[in-house]
Amino acid sequence: MGVPIVKEDMNDLNRAAPQIVACPNGPLLVRGELDLVTPEGDPIERKRRTVALCRCGVSAIKPFCDGTHKAIGFTTEP
Amino acid sequence: MALSQTLADQGTFPHPSFAARGPLSTRLLELLSAAPEGSPDLLTLADEALVHAAEIVHDDDIQLSLFVLYGLHYGSVVETDDAWEWHPSLISLRRHLEAAFEAELRRVVPVPALPEPTSAAVAAALFALTGEEPGPSLSRYVAAKATKEQLAELLVHRSIYTLKEADPHSWAIPRLSGRAKAAMVEIQSDEYGGGRPERMHAAIFAGTMRGLGLDDRYGMYVDHVPAVTLASLNMMSMFGLNRRLRGAIAGHLAAFEMTSSIPNGLYARGFRRNGFGEDVTWYFDEHVEADAVHEQIAGRDLAGSLAEDEPALLPDILFGAAACLTVDGWAGAHILDAWTAGRSALRVPLASSVPSAADASAPAGAGASGWESRS
Repeated sequence: MGVPIVKEDMNDLNRAAPQIVACPNGPLLVRGELDLVTPEGDPIERKRRTVALCRCGVSAIKPFCDGTHKAIGFTTEP
Repeated sequence: MALSQTLADQGTFPHPSFAARGPLSTRLLELLSAAPEGSPDLLTLADEALVHAAEIVHDDDIQLSLFVLYGLHYGSVVETDDAWEWHPSLISLRRHLEAAFEAELRRVVPVPALPEPTSAAVAAALFALTGEEPGPSLSRYVAAKATKEQLAELLVHRSIYTLKEADPHSWAIPRLSGRAKAAMVEIQSDEYGGGRPERMHAAIFAGTMRGLGLDDRYGMYVDHVPAVTLASLNMMSMFGLNRRLRGAIAGHLAAFEMTSSIPNGLYARGFRRNGFGEDVTWYFDEHVEADAVHEQIAGRDLAGSLAEDEPALLPDILFGAAACLTVDGWAGAHILDAWTAGRSALRVPLASSVPSAADASAPAGAGASGWESRS
């Protein structure tokens, strides 16, 4: 039934479709493969498959979220 | 010598690493010291224990019994005949104790007003619930004041759940479906190290324990923790193992994740202040980042999706979240109250009876076995 999906196709599929969820009053949740790099192009280590990127500016572990947006009452409402 | 030890001496299996805390747990450990035979009645003793318990969550005999019963499903709690796991007498005892435990929790846990059963509204309600300040904070005390001895006590308390971190919620995976299941698996995969066993959160925590000179084998400190610490794990096990309560376990995980990143940052600070290095603080540092991810997934994709897909579960989602905050709040207050009063927060202080590898097979510390004399 249909074209068999080989492993390479699955990887391409995964790579082609990363998803960024803009969490209300919170971080940007990144799912799927994409390169996270410094301005110089050096890779930033990604320790887990799904990561949360700081959006409020006060995280102590930027670019990742550390939950502090809750303590400062950060809101994404206009 | 306690009755449990005398009788266990006649059995086939080694003593557990902890002692009984009353007639019910004594009888239970006696039975588990040998292979099952017939259908022993435990409900009479259970009823007596329930009648005498002012509060089930603080009752040593009942909480230890539940801990042992759930331990048959987890392993590494009591070494016994595997046939006991599904023995009708023990399942019947567990259901009996669970019914009373659940009824008490539903009576005492304050549950907030229900939001609309949409993912966004449920996530917002859970973030609001978990954002309320529950009074003095254990994590702030740890960051600013805790001594090395107190840090060891904290790890002893935490070891009851954390050496099995994520396992109670994993019971819920086959009990969920669709989006909620995918979200639960996404979180749990990260908890279990994303395919790398050395990054499993329970394994990282074991390293933290070793860094403070503590024994990282499961159950070595059961005698040291009060009933409420056992109740915290027992509640999760009950929510996870009963499909009916899948709303509660989803809400529990959401509340747990939402109250983790910031406190773990403070715990890490307390360990660093006392001179501990990365090997010890890795566990806490890891949770600052991981749980900032997990709380987003747990709020919207786990609890929120579950409420959308099964709106009838909404009250239990909020109940499970509130129960997590309430019971863990009591466990935290127990520790903080003891420390601020200059006491040990353990049932049996560590100094006199930290087990060493050499006496692991010996009966539990003498100080912890005499429940008869205390009651």
